[in-house]
Amino acid sequence: MTTYSTMEMMIVAAARELEDGKSVAVGTGAPCAAAMLAQKTHAPNLVIFFEAGGVAPILPQMPISVGDSRTTWRAVMASGMADIMETCQRGMVDYCFLGGAQIDPYGNLNSTSIGDWQKPKVRFPGSGGANDFASFAWKVMVITPQDARRFVPKVDFITTPGYLDGPGARERAGLPEGGGPHRVITNMAVLGFDPATRRMRVESVHRGRTLAEVQQNCGFELPAAPQVGETPPPTPEELEILRTQVDPLRYIIGR
Amino acid sequence: MEVIARGEGPLFSDPDPDKLRAFFRQKSRALTNKVTTVEDAVRRFAQDGDYLAIGGFGANRIPTAVCHELVRQGRHNMIFAGHTSTHDFQILAAGEVFDRCDNAYIIGLEARGLSPNARRYMESGKVRMAEWTNYGLALRLKAAAMGVPFLPGRNMLGTDTFRKSAAIAARDPFTGKIVTLFPALSPDVAAIHVHEADVYGNCRLRGISIADLELARAAKRLIITCERLVPTEVIRAEPTLTVIPYYLVDAVCEVPYGAYPGVMPGEYFSDEEHLRLWLKTEEDPVAFGRFFDDLVRKTKDFQEYLDRCGGVRRIQQLRAQELLLDAGQAR
Repeated sequence: MTTYSTMEMMIVAAARELEDGKSVAVGTGAPCAAAMLAQKTHAPNLVIFFEAGGVAPILPQMPISVGDSRTTWRAVMASGMADIMETCQRGMVDYCFLGGAQIDPYGNLNSTSIGDWQKPKVRFPGSGGANDFASFAWKVMVITPQDARRFVPKVDFITTPGYLDGPGARERAGLPEGGGPHRVITNMAVLGFDPATRRMRVESVHRGRTLAEVQQNCGFELPAAPQVGETPPPTPEELEILRTQVDPLRYIIGR
Repeated sequence: MEVIARGEGPLFSDPDPDKLRAFFRQKSRALTNKVTTVEDAVRRFAQDGDYLAIGGFGANRIPTAVCHELVRQGRHNMIFAGHTSTHDFQILAAGEVFDRCDNAYIIGLEARGLSPNARRYMESGKVRMAEWTNYGLALRLKAAAMGVPFLPGRNMLGTDTFRKSAAIAARDPFTGKIVTLFPALSPDVAAIHVHEADVYGNCRLRGISIADLELARAAKRLIITCERLVPTEVIRAEPTLTVIPYYLVDAVCEVPYGAYPGVMPGEYFSDEEHLRLWLKTEEDPVAFGRFFDDLVRKTKDFQEYLDRCGGVRRIQQLRAQELLLDAGQAR
């Protein structure tokens, strides 16, 4: 039996969500590894965008910054931030990957601060490009470890929109129609959103975890989708590519 | 236009396009030699209280020498565009150069982690803030560059980021849809590091432009640092490659390796060891105070700082990394 780490499971699960011929805006870390893995397996025609201007690079190794020169290695274009964000705003970017310090049942994310905003207990970087991507991309994906402190009923600050406070709220606020969170990939499960309520639910549970464990490690009620199965574990081929071609220096999978 | 909602955050700059036109009306169009030192450029063009913006992307093609010099000359009470800022923010926060900030991306160094010192500064309550996004600030610069009072976008709506910004949500008179209006941002002074410039300030750069082309056109005063000066004939032989024209530029400073410890596309990669050391040292405020004094406040100029960090020998290693040569770790 093949052994693999939790991070490897998360990257593989994320990669499988990316369809061939679509486009994805990624940051550094696990999302970038997922996009690279998808490109080297089932989605060779996946177009990768970096917010600072890199378009469709053939990534030689993991970038450390979304603006470093790896993001334009053998790319088709070295562009700028407004162009990339406007490509998203025009509707040409299918997926984006985000993270955050807190996430709520509607997939709203906080990466700004904990406590009072003016004099915070903890300050984080803020939106960066996250709010922009989550406003514009068709499907928002989140990769994050899961526990009850991070998965909270109400985030301290909505940095980045999920479904806000329920069905239709994005459109009422004026955000482009048809977008919103699609998957939340954690160390325990793949989570999705109920189309009727727009609330988070469990889609599949990673091998070695139980549904009860997934639900306990969450600060709000986390129902199961009608059919909850096991997240298919990484195949030997996926692991081989991930370890030898995507992240040979173990920047991400070594975490 | 029907106003739907107003962000409650402060607007630190005046978006009036006629005031901007009046400023640009009197700005020189003369072809004059603008080559000077970073020390002189900062003394003449960056004043206490100014709105400051730094080009590049945090630790990619940043004008490090200007950031250091602002600290050395004790600039303070500035307003900072916290746009894609990482190592530049680290330097300016350590020097307490600004006391107001438009936050889009601050205190982090992306995959490297968060800056403990910049975090302490932003948690202290000393800094007045508004929240924005990376695209939001890029749009604000673009509006100023276009000479219009605002530009619409479809981001930030429905969030606390909007609530703490100074943007306005309004109904678009054409479609009836709600859009966010981003007020023009014209920084008093900006600094951008480029690959090549001539003595007048015509600039070329390689790789991504981030928001620098908008920034160069939006800023009232512009300091250029460059890897190398080139003859004007080189610029005029291939005008397609010019991305910043000379009449936007106030000072040109030749600073070889001037994006260090950041990436300079096609030239050298970021010094990850140095950036790690910086982050690690910041954990202890006293130790970091000494570190920052030794490396920045007490050094004469950028070249002295670079020498302390390993000088040209270190740059050779980083060049090998940038170009993915096997020599990367060997020297």
